Amino acid sequence: MTSLPDRTEKSLGLVIDLDTCVGCHACAVSCKEWNSGGGGAPLSDQDAYGAEPSGTWLNRVHSYEVTGEDGPPRVVHFPRSCLHCADAPCVTVCPTGASHKRSSDGIVLVTEESCIGCGLCAWACPYGAREMDKAAGVMKKCTLCVDRIYNEDLAEVDRVPACVKSCPAGARHFGDLADPESDVSQLVAARGGVDLMPQLETRPVNKYLPPRPRDEPFIANLAELAEPEATGMLGWLDRALARI
Amino acid sequence: MHPAPSLILFTTLSGFGFGLMVWLGLRGADPALSLLALIAAGAGLFASLAHLGNPQRAWRAVMQWRSSWLSREAVIAIAAMGVFFLAALLGYLGRPLPWLGWLAAALALVTVLCTAMIYAQLKTVPRWHTPLTPLLFVLIALTGPALVLAPAWVALGLLALTALAQWRHWEEGDAGLAALGVDAAAATGLSGQVRPLAAPHTGRNYLLDEMVFRVGRRRAAGLRRLTLGAAILVPAGLVVLGAATGFAEAAGGLACISHLAGVAAGRWLFFAEAEHTVGLYYQT
Repeated sequence: MTSLPDRTEKSLGLVIDLDTCVGCHACAVSCKEWNSGGGGAPLSDQDAYGAEPSGTWLNRVHSYEVTGEDGPPRVVHFPRSCLHCADAPCVTVCPTGASHKRSSDGIVLVTEESCIGCGLCAWACPYGAREMDKAAGVMKKCTLCVDRIYNEDLAEVDRVPACVKSCPAGARHFGDLADPESDVSQLVAARGGVDLMPQLETRPVNKYLPPRPRDEPFIANLAELAEPEATGMLGWLDRALARI
Repeated sequence: MHPAPSLILFTTLSGFGFGLMVWLGLRGADPALSLLALIAAGAGLFASLAHLGNPQRAWRAVMQWRSSWLSREAVIAIAAMGVFFLAALLGYLGRPLPWLGWLAAALALVTVLCTAMIYAQLKTVPRWHTPLTPLLFVLIALTGPALVLAPAWVALGLLALTALAQWRHWEEGDAGLAALGVDAAAATGLSGQVRPLAAPHTGRNYLLDEMVFRVGRRRAAGLRRLTLGAAILVPAGLVVLGAATGFAEAAGGLACISHLAGVAAGRWLFFAEAEHTVGLYYQT
């Protein structure tokens, strides 16, 4: 059934800290690794060692230069993956029922055996979170590592999505965003977490924490170092040298 | 969006086929034209299968009609073709049932509406997300067959309405992305000017191939002129010529062929010019 559930018991999702992310792509690589060895068809690559390699990934890390109102430009790394939206447009467009949102935990999944590979869900997603697997002809997307988070064969500490587990900077947090007392909800409240493209009314579960403001305008300090003003004995020497 | 040949063929041919069913259903069926309608609609639907990653599972697409426009289209297209076939068969056997023809016409019209809604429902593609999209699809579907079947004044009227709707669709579409009010800052949740520094991947990928298609402005303007010329002006001239000389049928047939070529060019633009919000992340 591709109608959306009225409400979900939990809203499992990610909180991604754009202040901490160092843009190492470890999350993207570990995602690719985990989801190529799991239950469904692997995330295929085309022409992997040739001139024009391409492939299916569920997580892509962009790097941007952001120039704010004040201060110099800064670099922000931006991991982009499924936001497990409450009003997921990718679910309602699906003609077969392959694309669905679970009422228990809010995870948006694709049943690969039912997917005809029409691609309409990828068109409906504003965020580019879905990619067609060109080998299997089915749509692929982030599963929030549903085969890890409930997997009792794994140690409890490992029952988090692969991207969260692998992040060396601790920039990715996993939890229930419907529970206001959860760590992730507290983090979103404390840091002013935001929705991406709220204009499209998808009500994403995943939140992004904006980069913290800089403490001081350090470029201005660097400018002073480039033109030192000597005083006292050194100043006299400086002026004497300039006269020679 | 990528202008896939399968989708251009699908929307052009099935639009014409179901449009023809509307006219034939209302007027009483002519056997040869009925066959043409079924073949055009069927060929269009068959072409759409080429767009699927797993076409052998296409039957599953009829299941989610409660929520999905694509599913509704599949269900109603099959119903329209079935009812129309029955109505045409009864007509051919000399026992026509007018109400069955009207039902076929209504179902065929709703099929075209559903096809259009697959595109018009997408908020992510502001150029398509407008009531003008279903209006344009329905007008185009009705205009092609009218060139052959309807009196000259009806054909000319429909051509004029189609031209107007097409023009407004282009005009509104050009301002669509700006009107949605999203930019790279909204896409990333960052404040300030956001400029890509390093792409997430060194090669192309599905997202770029499928949703970040760019067409040169000069080329688009040329294709718009070609579309209006072949789909509207040439058919209008031929209809007038046919009415004046008495060779209405031959002129109508030629007008229809030119019209379909123009519609196909217009459909190429419909896809190629459509901007998807995922392009904001790449800003190519």
